Formats: sequence, C-alpha cells, structure tokens
Amino acid sequence: MSEQPILEVRNLKKYFPVSAGIVHAVDDVSFTIQKGKTLGVVGESGCGKSTLGRTVLHLQESTAGQILFEGKDITHVSRAELTALRRKMQIIFQDPFSSLNPRMSLYQAIAEPLRIMTDAKEKEIEDRVFDIMKIVGLAERYVNAYPHELDGGRRQRIGIARALIMNPSFVVCDEPVSALDVSIQAQILNLMRDIQDERQLTYIFVTHDLSVVKYISDDIMVMYLGQMVEKATTDELFEYRLHPYTKALLSAVPLPDIDHEKKHIELKGEITSPINPKPGCRFAARCPYATERCFKENPVAEEVRPQHFVACHRVRELNGLA
Amino acid sequence: MAKKSTVFGGTQLQKGDDLLRINDLSVHYISRDTGVSKAVNHVTLSLKKGETLGLVGETGAGKTTIALSILRLLDSPPGKVVSGTIEYKGKDLYKLRKRDMEQIRGFEISMIFQDPMTALNPVDTVGEQISEVIRLHDDCSKAEAKVKAGDMMEMVGIPRERYDEYPHQFSGGMIQRIVIAIALACSPELLLADEPTTALDVTIQAQVLDMMNELKSKLGTSVLMITHDLGIIAEMCDRVAVIYAGEVVELGNLEDIFHQTAHPYTQGLFDSLPNSAGDSKRLKPIKGLMPDPANLPVGCKFCERCPYATEECSKTSPELTEITPGHWVRCYHQSCFRKEKAIHE
Repeated sequence: MSEQPILEVRNLKKYFPVSAGIVHAVDDVSFTIQKGKTLGVVGESGCGKSTLGRTVLHLQESTAGQILFEGKDITHVSRAELTALRRKMQIIFQDPFSSLNPRMSLYQAIAEPLRIMTDAKEKEIEDRVFDIMKIVGLAERYVNAYPHELDGGRRQRIGIARALIMNPSFVVCDEPVSALDVSIQAQILNLMRDIQDERQLTYIFVTHDLSVVKYISDDIMVMYLGQMVEKATTDELFEYRLHPYTKALLSAVPLPDIDHEKKHIELKGEITSPINPKPGCRFAARCPYATERCFKENPVAEEVRPQHFVACHRVRELNGLA
Repeated sequence: MAKKSTVFGGTQLQKGDDLLRINDLSVHYISRDTGVSKAVNHVTLSLKKGETLGLVGETGAGKTTIALSILRLLDSPPGKVVSGTIEYKGKDLYKLRKRDMEQIRGFEISMIFQDPMTALNPVDTVGEQISEVIRLHDDCSKAEAKVKAGDMMEMVGIPRERYDEYPHQFSGGMIQRIVIAIALACSPELLLADEPTTALDVTIQAQVLDMMNELKSKLGTSVLMITHDLGIIAEMCDRVAVIYAGEVVELGNLEDIFHQTAHPYTQGLFDSLPNSAGDSKRLKPIKGLMPDPANLPVGCKFCERCPYATEECSKTSPELTEITPGHWVRCYHQSCFRKEKAIHE
C-alpha cells in the first residue's frame, strides 16, 4: 500500500427509481485500484456490474458514496472538470455492432473524440488516427470502411481505438469480448494486454465470463445483486473461493476438459429482484447454508485472509477459518 | 393415447443403430446481392440412437443451417439444399410429403432455438403453447392436453400453477425451460439443440444442462448439440464434429477431439481459450478470419489461417480421412501436426 491508488471508490451507491420501487443497482460498493492493474468485476446479468463501471465514469450520477481519481475527489464535478476528466477515463462498450454510428466511417469514428475534446488541426488528427489504427491492428485500407462492412473483431478494434486516442490512464471495459467468437476474442484480449503493458493503463474489466476474467485480471470482485460478495487477487480467489455464491458460480462453468469431474453446485431458483431488496443477505434465498440471521442482517465484507474480503456471516465457520 | 406417426409404421431401432444419417449435404444461400454463399459443404454425419453428437464451430460455420436442413425449415429462397440426403430412421426426409414432414416435426424430431425470448408467442400463455403441441400430435382432448402440459412444466421445474401466465412474466432461464418442455412434449426421438444455453447466465446454464442430461437419460432422446463452447461439449456429448466454413474438419469421440486433437483448427480453438493459457500470460489466437462463404478458397478452407499450411493445401482440398477407428480428420498434415504436438507435450 505504498503507492496511492489511481482510483478509490467508497461506499458507492446507485439507485434507480422505477414504478415498482427503487432498484438498488449498486449498493455500497468500495474498492481501490493501483495504477497499471486490472480489476475484474464478475457476476450474472442484473448484478450491477455494468452500472458500477458507468457510475465510476460519471456516465450516470451516483446516488451516494465517494469516487477518488488520482487522489482527487471527483464525486461531484462541474461540466468543465468532467470534460477534462473524460480525457483520462474512457470506456470500451460490449457490443461493437450497436456502439458505433453506422453512418460514420472508421476514420470519422476514431477521429471524433479528437475533434470534440481538442483543437487539433486536420493533419495532426490524421497522424494520430493512423497511429492508433496501427496500434490496435486495423489495416490502413479500412480507413474509409463503414461498420457494416467490418466483422465483429475489427469493429471492436475501432471501439478500442476510440477509447485510446485521447491517451487515457483509466479504461472501463464493459464486456468487450462477449460478442466475439473465441478465436477473435483471444486476439482482442492479447491486444488489450499489450496496450496495457505499453501504456501503464488501468482497467476495470466487467464480464460474466469467468475464464476471461481469470486471464485478464490482477484482482477480482464478485458481485451479486448490487453488492460485493467477495474480492481477492485472482490467484487467491481461484485457489480459495470462500463465499457460497462464488463457489457455485465457479462450479457452474463448463470446463473444456474431459477428465475433470463434472459437479455443479446447484443453486435453487434464480437471481431475485434488486427492487426494494429485503434486509438480510441478498443471496440468502438461494444459499444452501442460509440461517435465520442471514435473512435478517446484511453481512459486511470482512478481511478473512490477507487481502481477501468476503461478505458472509458464516464464511469462517463454513471454510474452517479462525 | 399417442397417435404414432404413420410415416414410420412400426420402425423399431435398437440402441447403437443410426437414427439420423446426413450424407454429402450441401446447402447454399443464393441471393442477387451477395451471389452464392456456400454455407454447408458436403457434410456427412450420423447420429446413433441415444447418442449426443456435438457440432462445434464459430459464428457462420454452418451449424444452424445443418439443423434447419434436417427439419426442412430452411428459408427457401435464399436457402437451397443443392446436394445430399438426410435419412431419418432409414427414410429420406426430402422425399416425404409436406404432411408427413409436419408429423415428424415436434413429434419425431424437435428443436430448441438459441434465443428463448423470441421463440415463444408473447400473446399466448405458456401453458397453451405447450398443450398446442400436444394436441397437434396426440389424439387427446383439450383437458387431457392441459394435464399433460402441466406435467411437462413440472418435469422442467416450473410449477403447473403458472400455466396461465405469459412469457414476459418469466425470466430467461425459465423461458428456456418452457421452450425445452415444448420441444420434449411429444417425447421426440431426436432433439436438435441450437445453442440452448448461450443466452443464459452460468448458474442457470448449469441448471438447464443438468436438466437436459437428466431428461436425456430418462427419455432416451438422441441429441444434436450445437454450440461454440467446448466446455459444454465436454459436459454433454459422446461424439463431436468440428465444423469450419461449412465442412466437417474433425470428427471423433471426446477422447479423440480433446486428447488426440488432429486438426490445426481444433487445436486453434483450444489454444484460444483463456482457461487453457495456464501460466503463460498470452493467448494463442488463430490469426485472421473465417473465409467468406461466398468466396471460398479452392484448397483447404483453413489454409490461410493455418500455421502448417503448404502449397499443396492451397491447391486442393483434403478429404475427410479416418486416422483411427471413428476419428476422422480433413488435413494433409495431420500426421506431422500430431507428431510436433507430441514433442511439445
């Protein structure tokens, strides 16, 4: 903990009012990321992982909590400050089929951030667009192509180029490879890693794919219904999964290995609604170990092993920890 | 109770007999704008009674087209079966009358589609949608069909009290169970499952896969499992066909495909998976892209992306060859590829 983290999030909440009540999309989440590292945020649909990424970037205003970026409180910023901030904080979206303007050519799409945020001259813009195209692996011949003429992998490279052209220091990657086939996915993951190493980028990598998150992350945070249930370094988490939900989630992934014994930890039912959640542990209704206390009292994350945080009342007892 | 399909009379198959035989199937999509897309090229496959055969490949490989051709559900035009036969219980499906084919769909062969949210009718209750299938195929009253539909719902883990609810009242995982209940309502002998869990979360996927395995062993259904996920193949299938650019490039049992991998494309799929990367911090993706089906190379379709390709590969297309009993590979260099692989390991 010598260095100051690039991003620190404290007790972040994001609620959405809907007709049926209030959706607790992100509920009291705290974490820090060191420069050049990747925090993987993993969970199932509706767990609030994308909302978390967007709230950190101010694409949505937070309901409560604090966000510190490079030591500065950016929870409430003016419009001018926000514009400056956006140069440093960027996002790569999930679906390269819907996140690009179909009427903009590849060149226009990549140049757009420069036109909006800088007063660079056309010559400089051109140089920077061609530079970044080389970095993300887009051949020059595509410079005038439109999104519909390109495959998913190339479109996602455009998304990455758009995010990187302002030279950000921090990027939220929201399921950037989920829409891609495995062979293309591997190309993009390698690219994102190379760029990270070269530019000392910091990533929040949001995904539902556990093998991808294991591959790309330094630390992993598991979310369930808006809350963090477990957080640890990647190796630690895959070695010692402590929360009952993490165990079930990891056991549910079909492994491409015919020797490993297939044993799913079956969860009862499905994810419950994040609208007006009842007090108590959000996972209790599906948890095989839930006791009366779990339905009454929401567990607070505790450090049960070094740098390994778990929010579960019974974590020590169930895992034989002191 | 069940009005057994007249098409097959008393055909009785034993376990181990071929239930489905696809022979030299080629399907093209013909359109004025894009020309002829060769989606499926000379595919020969068979599926034994009680067996689960996996079709694995990437987007656009032709997996879904194969499944739709079996049911004669290709949109035509633009889709057209240009060669080959599909035999089910020894009868050529493409020689059957339309009426007979309608008896086969849902009754002998049924299909689970990829996206459960669009597979159901939004303005009809889920119970009605299940009992409709039963009424179409079984000689039974409305009341009987309703009871049977309720049984099916319970079998897939949904309380029968929800018979009168509409699709939007269910979650994605539950809708997929309803779709499976519809597919299994008339105890088909063959189930075509097209990416049945791709749209679902992993814990729900695990529930659905476990349920499918259970139903399979209970009802003895044969399954053609279409997926891009090698993990699902490992968990569900007996044999696997790897499809690339409309061709079978490798075919074998799980042991053949996972441990005796003989085609560079299959190996490429494994190397692309993040969980196989182990300690190495870089993935080994397959370079390039799948060829455009409207403009396929003359030689091996994988040639341009293959690290082992030689001149021969770009000139003529290799044949599917049996290298050990039941293990078929379409590659000129499979023997040196496998030797090299053995050395690395």
